[in-house]
Amino acid sequence: MTPAQIIFLITAIVTLGSALMVVTTRNMVHAALWLILSLLGVSVTFVLLEAGFLAVVQVVIYIGAIAILMIFAIMLTRGISEKEGPQINRNWPWALLISLAIFAGLAWMLSSWSGLSTQIIPLDSRVDTISQLGQALVSPNHYLIPFEVASVMLLAALIGAVIIAWDGK
Amino acid sequence: MGDPVALISQWLNSLLMGWGLSAGWVVVIKSIIGVVVLCTVVLILDIFLVWVERKVVARFQDRLGPNRLGPFGIIQPIADVIKLLIKEDIRPHGADKFVYNLPPIIALATVLALWAVVPLASTIVGSELDVGVLYVVAIGGIGTLGIIMAGWASNNKYALLGAFRTVALIVSYEVPLIITLLVPVILARSMGLSTIAEKQDPVWYVVIAPLAALIMFISAQAELGRAPFDLSEAESEIVAGFHIEYTGMKFGLFYAGELLHALTLSGIISVLFFGGWRGPGAEAYPLLGVIYFFIKAFIIYWAIMWLKYSLPRIRIDHMLDFNWKFLTPLALVLVMVVALLDKLMVGFPYWQYVAIMLTANIVLVLLTLNILRSRAKGEIKRVGEPRPVATPPPPSSISSTSP
Repeated sequence: MTPAQIIFLITAIVTLGSALMVVTTRNMVHAALWLILSLLGVSVTFVLLEAGFLAVVQVVIYIGAIAILMIFAIMLTRGISEKEGPQINRNWPWALLISLAIFAGLAWMLSSWSGLSTQIIPLDSRVDTISQLGQALVSPNHYLIPFEVASVMLLAALIGAVIIAWDGK
Repeated sequence: MGDPVALISQWLNSLLMGWGLSAGWVVVIKSIIGVVVLCTVVLILDIFLVWVERKVVARFQDRLGPNRLGPFGIIQPIADVIKLLIKEDIRPHGADKFVYNLPPIIALATVLALWAVVPLASTIVGSELDVGVLYVVAIGGIGTLGIIMAGWASNNKYALLGAFRTVALIVSYEVPLIITLLVPVILARSMGLSTIAEKQDPVWYVVIAPLAALIMFISAQAELGRAPFDLSEAESEIVAGFHIEYTGMKFGLFYAGELLHALTLSGIISVLFFGGWRGPGAEAYPLLGVIYFFIKAFIIYWAIMWLKYSLPRIRIDHMLDFNWKFLTPLALVLVMVVALLDKLMVGFPYWQYVAIMLTANIVLVLLTLNILRSRAKGEIKRVGEPRPVATPPPPSSISSTSP
């Protein structure tokens, strides 16, 4: 086995194991912390795919912003961090059925995907992936409209937050 | 003497290849050796930083500081470490065992991780990551997480309050910090720290964008939680903040992490605005570059200590006002001005470019000072007006007048 394969296996085990812990652990704060470990695993996977920008952005957004916000919400909600209620309710057969169906659908779709059997070509280190990504985001032939729509949505969220926080004076 | 790191790397290559290892494993072994060496050097420097910090604060407070062990008390930190190691390790009742023990490690590890992208010299850099600037921001986010975990897991209200304050501080001052990080990125056309250091030739970015350097320095001071922004460990209010329950070496790790974080951020500021390893003869002799880098980093570190030990702590609402109503808008305007001017001045001679950028920065500073002055006048008038402490309620005979 090459070192990259060993690192990938460790990463995959940690990512999936902590993802499992997120849904099985009874303590909410622990669940949030396991989620962070799982997200870190995803970011390491990005590194292994030589997508440094995506890896770093994964950490900035999901760990630096979203996870911290989630932990804040859990800690500031009275009593939620100690409550250890039942983990399943009576709808669990339906949930199992739906998740199995989705899993089967994804597996069926991926089994016919040609990407699984292609050989990985190591990226040329001189290729400047970030500037290519940046140009693709603002070029009209590529992703200009999704990019602008996302910006407008973020702006709307920002204005919404200001209006909610405004005391009306 | 030319480039010791490349020489050692070549020697290791031939040695390991001679043992019959494949190229992939050679890279892995070399990376592990590099990580161990870099971490060891930085951690030994960290022990030395304890002495520096104590000695400098003593001079600021007109004392002598540690002076009993060794020349100038330089062995004092070793004694400190031994004392911390043999202290009793206490875990508070009701504390979450695993989450309680993790934060000291995170506090030091995240700071160590920052050194991976800091270019110590033209050829000596842990990893030439092309998103180095973003990496610094990302690692900072993980550091914040460690503080929240410490505050929550300690099962102590003061610790939790301290953690909340710290996170409010770090999350809000991250905004101007990240915005000013964009200025060197725009000037160098790259997010890699080594490229940014290389591009500062012949003029450091502090000359082109002095305002950005100043904003970044202030935000870094806040990120570090150092006075005047040390609300997270305000002794008179919340005892020691998030690390109140930690004893012995666990507290030691927090302390070491804090000191090293200060030096690391100083190093990053020196790379972004003061040329990093740049200096006479640094390109030919990389080891000289390392010396230049640490001289610059320590000068900025000294300025951080200077501020810390001469300014009083500010109130939390003032702190947030200063960030959201002053630093953030200023940083946003600055980035817009720099980006616009940079695009408009394509093809200008270099010295003209530098001069116009510098003038734009100075004009921005003067405008800001003007706005502040006029605001201050209004504020003085408002505070000066007599204000009744409480208005008496109108007598019932007047309020219920019915002729």
